[in-house]
Amino acid sequence: MTSIGTDKTTQQIGKVIWAENLCKKFGAFTAVDHISFEIEKGEIFGFLGANGAGKTTAMRMLTGLSKPTSGKGVVAGFDINTQSEQIKKNIGYMSQKFALYEDLKVWENIRLYAGIYGVPKKEIAPRTDDLLHRLGFEKEKDTLVKSLPLGWKQKLAFSVAIFHEPKIVFLDEPTGGVDPAARRNFWEMIYQAADRGITVFVTTHYMDEAEYCNRVSIMVDGRIDALDTPKNLKDQFNASTMDEVFHHLARKSTRNAD
Amino acid sequence: MLRYLLEKEIKQFVRNSFLPKMVVMLPLMAMLIFPLIANFEIKNINLCVVDHDRSIQSQKLIQKIQSSGYFRITDVAESYQRAMLQVESNNSDMLLEIPVAFGKDIEQGTSTNVLIAANAVNGVKGGLGSSYLTAILQNFSVDIATKIQLPKAMPQGAGFSIIPRFWFNPTLNYKMFMIPALMIMVLAIVSGFLPAMNIVGEKESGTIEQMNVTPVGRFQFILAKLIPYWLVGFIALSIAVLVSRWVYGFKPQGSIVTVYLFASMFMLAFSGFGLVISNYAKTMQQAIFMILFFLLTFIFLSGFYTPINNMPQWGQVLSNFSPFKFIIQSVRLVYLKGCGFADMLPQFFALCGFAVFFNGWAVLSYRKKS
Repeated sequence: MTSIGTDKTTQQIGKVIWAENLCKKFGAFTAVDHISFEIEKGEIFGFLGANGAGKTTAMRMLTGLSKPTSGKGVVAGFDINTQSEQIKKNIGYMSQKFALYEDLKVWENIRLYAGIYGVPKKEIAPRTDDLLHRLGFEKEKDTLVKSLPLGWKQKLAFSVAIFHEPKIVFLDEPTGGVDPAARRNFWEMIYQAADRGITVFVTTHYMDEAEYCNRVSIMVDGRIDALDTPKNLKDQFNASTMDEVFHHLARKSTRNAD
Repeated sequence: MLRYLLEKEIKQFVRNSFLPKMVVMLPLMAMLIFPLIANFEIKNINLCVVDHDRSIQSQKLIQKIQSSGYFRITDVAESYQRAMLQVESNNSDMLLEIPVAFGKDIEQGTSTNVLIAANAVNGVKGGLGSSYLTAILQNFSVDIATKIQLPKAMPQGAGFSIIPRFWFNPTLNYKMFMIPALMIMVLAIVSGFLPAMNIVGEKESGTIEQMNVTPVGRFQFILAKLIPYWLVGFIALSIAVLVSRWVYGFKPQGSIVTVYLFASMFMLAFSGFGLVISNYAKTMQQAIFMILFFLLTFIFLSGFYTPINNMPQWGQVLSNFSPFKFIIQSVRLVYLKGCGFADMLPQFFALCGFAVFFNGWAVLSYRKKS
């Protein structure tokens, strides 16, 4: 645990992600406007918001892809302002854009990322077989990733993102464009990962998926306007579904969706 | 970690349906076709002769011109106007007008004039053509003077004769001038631009962002991109070296090791330049356009086609900013003059300078974070 030199240090023990007044400006435009939140170990944290609300920018700051304009944050025990390379060793990331190498085979993609994250060489092959067995992908081991259906690709990308047993996995709209059955299937995998103690930070547009999360935050125009368990949020806004909660909040948006 | 990345790059390269073929085709094309077509030697100049004399001497002169191998007599016209029509209609490049009493004058040792007119639309052809023809005429007049032994009537220009001796490329073979430069062009494309385009390709597909959230260091990522293309660069260079040897019998006068040594330094420098481009280009389109812009600029400033000494003063100064200048100079020196490493230290240090400059710039301009 590295101190970031504030009196908060003691409080944030046990928190896997901790952010205070995170802010990102692009010129005059404030994409993320002073957001603060904490996430516990093993939690499934839903990060909701309309298009252009600032979700991806916030996530990019937490994963070390983007430098905050101001504010502090700690991810997996490391400062996002100064220790992004250490953070990267302890997280997994699955981007909105499907990012496995299409011209590599299934096992080659797994091997590449396992190797990059320092999984011992001897373990890679048996763990690959084990993973493919659990996914029911044994037959596809030697298939080029480009010829897999989208739902399979996403399951594979998620499995690759957590292959090195990271403390946190960041999922940026992981289920975009797949059918409901595949989405349910995918969420089962998320639950399994959370059961193993991996914290899941997930952005989504699907409000039914928001119900699956332990806690959700809803971003509107760069700010976090609501943050609680789905049940408490529904009670708070007197709504029966998360969809209603979302519409209630998103109506306040002054920003044009992109 | 590097080995996993290298494994990936090599597999991707080999699996690419296009790149491996290109690496073989490019040096083959460059060596088999370009030296033959990009040739400044002028042959087959179409000459129209207007012979007003029709004497033995004028026949001899025409034969001599024909046997030089540079000219093709397309027509013997009766008048200058007729011949000019030939030139205007592009049937002839030049015309030669032999005056009445040409033979008689020569035999008597009186001075006589012939007229040469050249179509200078193609300036090189016109210029070289007239100087070839002048040389033949001069030669002819010397022959005559000696044969008829009229020392007091030595024709002009026969007082002394000039014997040019062209060192290091005795036959003024333009191929030998072009081949080293073409080798470098192949090397630049393969080892400098392919990795740059590869990186921009990963930017476009979004996989580079995935790499950026992993612990992969920038240095390792870049090295894994460059190493395969350095190897491929050596393969392409070797193909070019072998083809020029087998097809043209063109062997380096100096050591081939020196060629490879300089080529390595050039690849290091030029792949650094490619990286700079990959840092600034967001899309393949931008990258390709930047590459074309710089490739053409570097090539024209390098003395690739035309001697640097022919450039205006400011052009000569600018040519120092082209890494191609130094590598092409060195490879030509090794191939034609047999220079060794020690003779080309300035060129080597210049290449080292480019390597430091471009790679330093590449490192500084790279942002893993936005």
